[in-house]
Amino acid sequence: MSKLPVKMTINGQSVSHEVEPRLLLVHYIRETVGLTGTHVGCDTSQCGACTIMMNGQAVKSCTLFTVQATGADIMTIEGLAKDGELHPIQQGFWEKHGLQCGFCTPGMIMAAVQLLERHPKPSEDTIRHQLEGNLCRCTGYHNIVKAIEWAADKMAAAK
Amino acid sequence: MAVTEDRLFGKSIKRREDPRFITGRGNYVDDLKLTGMTYAAFVRSPHAHARIKGIDVGAAKAHPGVVAVFTGKDMTGVNSLPCGWDLRKEKGIPGVVEDLAIVPHMPLTSDVARHVGDPVAVVIADSQSAAQDAAEKVNVTWEPLPSVTATDKAIASGAPKVHDVPTGNTAFKWALGDAAATDAAFKSAAVTVKKRIVNQRLVANAMEPRACVARFDDSTGDLTLWVTSQNPHVHRLLMCAFVLGIPEHKVRVIAPDVGGGFGSKIFLYNEEVVCSWASRQIKRPIRWTSTRREAYLTDAQGRDHVTEAELALSKDGKMLGLRVKTTANLGAYLSTFAPAVPTFLYGTLLNGVYTLGAIHVEVTGVFTNTTAVDAYRGAGRPEACYVLERIVDAGAAALKMDPAELRRKNFIPKFSGAYQTHVAVSYDSGDYAGALDKLLQLFDYKKLRAEQAEARTQGRLLGVGFSTYIEACSIAPSKLVGALGAGAGLYESGKVRVHPTGGVTVYTGSHAHGQGHETTFAQLVADDLGIPIEQVEIVHGDTGLIPFGMGTYGSRSASVGGTAIRMSIDKIKEKGKKIAAHLLEASPKDVEYVNGQFQVKGVPSKAVPFGAVALTAYVPHNFPEGLEPGLEETSFYDPSNFCFPFGAHACVVEVEQETGKVKLLRYVAIDDVGNVINPMIVDGMVHGGVAQGVGQALWEGAVYDGDSGQLVTSTMMDYAMPKADMLPMYETGRTVTPTPVNPLGIKGAGETGTIAATPAVVNAVVDALGGLGVDHIEAMPLTPERVWKIIQAAKAGK
Repeated sequence: MSKLPVKMTINGQSVSHEVEPRLLLVHYIRETVGLTGTHVGCDTSQCGACTIMMNGQAVKSCTLFTVQATGADIMTIEGLAKDGELHPIQQGFWEKHGLQCGFCTPGMIMAAVQLLERHPKPSEDTIRHQLEGNLCRCTGYHNIVKAIEWAADKMAAAK
Repeated sequence: MAVTEDRLFGKSIKRREDPRFITGRGNYVDDLKLTGMTYAAFVRSPHAHARIKGIDVGAAKAHPGVVAVFTGKDMTGVNSLPCGWDLRKEKGIPGVVEDLAIVPHMPLTSDVARHVGDPVAVVIADSQSAAQDAAEKVNVTWEPLPSVTATDKAIASGAPKVHDVPTGNTAFKWALGDAAATDAAFKSAAVTVKKRIVNQRLVANAMEPRACVARFDDSTGDLTLWVTSQNPHVHRLLMCAFVLGIPEHKVRVIAPDVGGGFGSKIFLYNEEVVCSWASRQIKRPIRWTSTRREAYLTDAQGRDHVTEAELALSKDGKMLGLRVKTTANLGAYLSTFAPAVPTFLYGTLLNGVYTLGAIHVEVTGVFTNTTAVDAYRGAGRPEACYVLERIVDAGAAALKMDPAELRRKNFIPKFSGAYQTHVAVSYDSGDYAGALDKLLQLFDYKKLRAEQAEARTQGRLLGVGFSTYIEACSIAPSKLVGALGAGAGLYESGKVRVHPTGGVTVYTGSHAHGQGHETTFAQLVADDLGIPIEQVEIVHGDTGLIPFGMGTYGSRSASVGGTAIRMSIDKIKEKGKKIAAHLLEASPKDVEYVNGQFQVKGVPSKAVPFGAVALTAYVPHNFPEGLEPGLEETSFYDPSNFCFPFGAHACVVEVEQETGKVKLLRYVAIDDVGNVINPMIVDGMVHGGVAQGVGQALWEGAVYDGDSGQLVTSTMMDYAMPKADMLPMYETGRTVTPTPVNPLGIKGAGETGTIAATPAVVNAVVDALGGLGVDHIEAMPLTPERVWKIIQAAKAGK
């Protein structure tokens, strides 16, 4: 299969490769670029474990071909902590025990980044509704909700 | 065990494993990339039942990038995947009525495919995409055969046979309890209730799909297998000794970070065996990662029982007898521990928390053309609890008695030591009324009933449901489980290595895949040794480092694995006392270990710190005569009995009359899991377990098309996984009744929520519909469609 050139920024670093046109963005991030924090949990875009930020929007990176992301500015879970300082959402997941096996966690956290941008003071209902696209099998969501509430408070206090 | 301020045991400290997970630096199997790596794709049966007339691999082999293509015929000398639990009379296993039909399960089937997804060939290529493309070019000539997916049809005469065995599709028959005493109880009963209770098939759905990387090193003859396993030593033993016939000491199995298991990663599967074998052929590493659809088709599934249950009661509500007849769907093959789940993990729990007069249970295991069924979170115990808690509620309805009151009337009184049930097991300790009391306090039951009555006057359907459950954890001793048919022991290993500078590495045979052992075990060790937790490292999941261990399932890690670690620490202290006594010029019997130092009893000023003893052990210049240098101890703990956690759960639901939609308004869980190392972690497990239990009650279910045998719910689009906005916040609480079985007093906490939640929710929905005359719902999940139909039928019947 003939390959096409792609070039994008991931976590502030410019990357470029030649890829098969059918290569999904999530596989590009994991296999070609080697950032394995973004996970694959399903084949049908239900689980949200592959959620990343692309041009400021939370997207499921299994729903895009790599070639569609050329020129994009992408942030994965590895790019969220700045200068060794955890993002408040990461801190919230740690403080409130918002994870157990950790597999859905990167996608949950990236979805929460967008959630708190849109709803800086979310109600419990809003958080639950906004997490519709991310599945967790360990926590029953209770502590994920608490983690995001914790982060919202922390981020509001920092403003 | 008292919790003092400076102790970590009992404290909700943050998890030490989290920093890597929240920053995307976990180390899961699919993250692994090795030099020269190849990728495997499996060719699977699209039919539920079909004969293989021929396999043409020519086009696949010619595909660019393909390294090898193998079928079952290439795997000469490779044996069947073993079933690790026997049920045969000649072995003296109790309760066997008809022997287990032990059927072959080849890693790649070469004669007949027996379920959709049964693997028949593997393609190995330089890239994942080349492997997948070439797999599509493998041309299998199929002769489709009639298939059967439901147990009632499978045991009917003339049904298609899944295996060529004389017993047809009956895999085994088993019974437990006293049939005559149970018959007598029913004769003397004032009231009897009989219900058909269906416990539908579930899919575990750990978020991380199964995966493996097999690397054969031709220069040393060593094979390393990284695999998503809950029990790497069990994987190694079964694969080496039973399937591939290769020496265990030349195989290292590593289960790194594993993204959830819930039972589904206990078992030895076809794919890891095939990749291990194939890596030895091609002499290159091979990686295989399941797609989610493959996971639905091949991960061992759970539950799938059809039961007739009968309860005999006296006029004043004493439970006199319980009669249970269950048909269990085992799927197409015998998965690793499949025969144990609907027998010894099910029948033995039917006594519940009640002083029942007599019990008799009969179980028939049945083969069908479906994915194999084995342990899924709770494994047999949720099925038992569901039957019992539903039939108890039906009994309460028949007696017109409050369901909480009927339960209380029949509770086994508070005890510690032993309570002998009618179904073989003897409980360790319990205070069942205590748990219910605490629940009712938190729940404000009276007020809820008043609200329910008020709601009914407005035409709203509010329901309250209870579940007072018992669970059996840390199943042991090995001698007993061996007598019951287990092919393995159920002890655990714990090795403690003290380093010369006073740091400690602990090697546990338990495996964490979400449980937080790196934190809880470290809490235990830091407390026991009186050293900072930063000086303690917990290592798990590597057969190359760890003494043979049995792994994590059945809520056994803290109680069995934790105790093994405690035993090694005790040995370390004993040896340390000898070293310290020598340095202090005292007798070892006059030395005690207090707050991280060895001291002369009652004289804290005459002491040697732990670190100094550690250094002396490795630089033994001034050392007791005859004592070996070094400070490292290993223990294997084989408990004397099971542990039996228990509790009382309740919930409130509202059913929408017009749509049948059930909304879970409140969920309250009081659990007694004995002593608790880290309450935050235990609460988290309860939350997740409850979500899975509610999921079964309301949404989840594996559905097979009865004609084609296709799994209709084979993606996350079709199988309804619980989502955040479908669930409430949970209210949790605890009573603490330590177990006398192990020195930690820990019972086990991993499965309680899953066991208790399903009947609590279904009981609440039945209660909500009680005003319409509904006293039972036969099948789950309680989807809006099912509930709406029940409401319509109830209204029409009036």
